[in-house]
Amino acid sequence: MYKIIVLAKQVPDTRAVGKDAMKADGTVNRAALPAIFNPEDLNALEMALSVKDRYPASTITLLTMGPPRAAEILREGLYRGADAGVLLTDKAFAGSDTLATSYALSCAIKKIGDFDMIFGGRQAIDGDTAQVGPQVAEKLAIPQVTYAEALGEIKDKIIVIKRRLEKGVETVSAQMPLVITVNGTAPECRPRNAKRLMKYKKAKTISEMSNASEDYITLSNERPYLQITEWGAINVDPDPTQLGLKGSPTKVKQIKNIVFQAKDSKIITTEQEIEDLMKELIDNHTLG
Amino acid sequence: MNNVCVYCEYEEGKIQDVSFELLTKGRSLANQLGCKLEALVIGENLEGVDKEVSKYGTDILFIADDKRLYPYSTLPHTAVAVGLFKETRPQIVLMGATSIGRDLGPRISSSLVSGLTADCTELEIGEYEDKKVGKKYENLLYQIRPAFGGNIIAWIVNPDNRPQMATVREGVMKKEMLNENHQAQVVHIEVNKYLNDADFVVKIIERQMEESKINLKNAPVIISGGYGVGSKENFDLLFELAHAIGAEVGASRAAIDAGFVEKGRQIGQTGVTVRPKLYIACGISGQIQHIAGMQESAMVISINNDPNAPINKIADYVINGDIAQIVPKMVKYYKKNVK
Ligand SMILES: Cc1cc2nc3c(=O)[nH]c(=O)nc-3n(C[C@H](O)[C@H](O)[C@H](O)COP(=O)(O)OP(=O)(O)OC[C@H]3O[C@@H](n4cnc5c(N)ncnc54)[C@H](O)[C@@H]3O)c2cc1C
Ligand SMILES: Nc1ncnc2c1ncn2[C@@H]1O[C@H](COP(=O)(O)O)[C@@H](O)[C@H]1O
Repeated sequence: MYKIIVLAKQVPDTRAVGKDAMKADGTVNRAALPAIFNPEDLNALEMALSVKDRYPASTITLLTMGPPRAAEILREGLYRGADAGVLLTDKAFAGSDTLATSYALSCAIKKIGDFDMIFGGRQAIDGDTAQVGPQVAEKLAIPQVTYAEALGEIKDKIIVIKRRLEKGVETVSAQMPLVITVNGTAPECRPRNAKRLMKYKKAKTISEMSNASEDYITLSNERPYLQITEWGAINVDPDPTQLGLKGSPTKVKQIKNIVFQAKDSKIITTEQEIEDLMKELIDNHTLG
Repeated sequence: MNNVCVYCEYEEGKIQDVSFELLTKGRSLANQLGCKLEALVIGENLEGVDKEVSKYGTDILFIADDKRLYPYSTLPHTAVAVGLFKETRPQIVLMGATSIGRDLGPRISSSLVSGLTADCTELEIGEYEDKKVGKKYENLLYQIRPAFGGNIIAWIVNPDNRPQMATVREGVMKKEMLNENHQAQVVHIEVNKYLNDADFVVKIIERQMEESKINLKNAPVIISGGYGVGSKENFDLLFELAHAIGAEVGASRAAIDAGFVEKGRQIGQTGVTVRPKLYIACGISGQIQHIAGMQESAMVISINNDPNAPINKIADYVINGDIAQIVPKMVKYYKKNVK
């Protein structure tokens, strides 16, 4: 059996960017975008679940850092088969770049303690940086295997992993503990399980409990699995200088709306005009 | 000391194009900063790379040549790069935003506690003022990239931490040889001083590299489809037109996310950057991340049923209408008039 941690992030669905995605002042209108489970983190969860299928005594803890509402994806993970969720949330984390994010996550991982494998997505679609996985591995001083697509044999503390690279595939064997980042080409995550949905529907973090009814509090005391772990900075014992804005070496100097030099376009509507254009392109050897 | 260093990727017996592109950019940054351009090549059997790397204006070439260092593996390459950078203290480190660069870059940046910006589309030198603490900085690297989902572009700086690190995709920067006869000073790295057994716990069992069949970078004409193409079947129309006129088919990310075509065809900030003679954008709205990958095309034709699609602004010709009707007409006309 293995102890597994899955890193997951709640992200705005940048694939659904519509006309109202930007505010007039040029900043992102997060409210216009649905918040979703980062797609490749679902692939990561599935890969973790496949290990648990093979070794049923394994445990999967889902870890996310984000605002309180990120608890939504922890519940989603519980419905799909994770055993527990941890929400890392604190104003002290605000403004984190990837390095500060990795640092905070690595502190939480140390607090969770014993683990054999950490799975994460290859990248999060809000920035497509693909940095947090390798940086967490470095902070924990353990190996990383990126772009995982499938797992092979798992024997004791050795795991065989197939990686998808830009120009091919590679199979490696690696030693636990390690970080594995999972590619979108890996198997899709299994759907919610109806029984688990019933069981965990009412799972809540401490913040969410603050305005819960008394009935709910009684229920939650009877069923501890309904309590989603929530940690602030103070709970994971970090070096405060490495958190949030202060711990982020990269700063945004400026953000600009870019206006492309508009060309003098020729508008074409009729069939004759299309034919004329094609003729011109053939005659000047742009085509053919 | 405090030079610009390019990590050069060595695969299948050669330095990758993206590294030459970065050396070209690195040369101009180094000129501006008045420092030297360094290159780092890690691999095995590296005789001869010095000649190639020199031509792009490299002043100092660090070579780590050892059979344990090829093929690429994260930990040994990190150990060598981090060990070297701790001694040479480059102010800027550039690498390709490739499978290798995106695996290695974050690991190095975490180890050196320096900032890293992925997928930059431009790199410039400039100043920065931190108004909060009233501190001014000169000669910082502006790491410029389109940000988050819309028409914005962000200038990222690393004021205090070194090296300033950035990754750039292949094709984004231009590759230009400086001088055929330029010769870098070659420094062979004593790798044993940086490596230890723990760096070899990940073992490569098998590797299969395949040449991609899609060649967007060198295609003179690209027909690119977006979400507006609507279906896999409609994409066949684009392939038919491409086949007729000898073009390659590209796509927007939305078309790829929708499953219309394979990922290797993506054009844009996180796909391929192209500069064809003619770019035909079919059902592509023209978000910044897409435009970042095709704006240097010599001519752009947009086919879109929305007359206000942003891409139309940068198009030379705008064909207003439905893909499903217009593309077959183009095929028909071409077949009729060219044998
Ligand atoms: C970090 C990040 C990186 C990204 N990287 C890339 C990248 O590298 N490349 C990329 O392309 N995108 C990238 N994107 C996504 C990008 O922001 C856009 O979402 C995407 O380019 C939109 O694709 P589209 O134009 O095909 O789709 P849409 O924006 O949905 O546009 C569809 C267009 O088709 C038109 N249309 C609809 N039906 C028809 C019809 N029947 N006939 C003619 N026209 C029709 C519509 O009018 C519209 O203009 C990235 C996003 C993020 C957040
Ligand atoms: N705030 C976060 N909380 C948990 N996991 C994260 C967070 N940010 C990034 N990750 C993990 O790191 C991966 C890469 O993220 P990124 O570097 O932002 O592209 C994601 O797919 C997640 O698995």
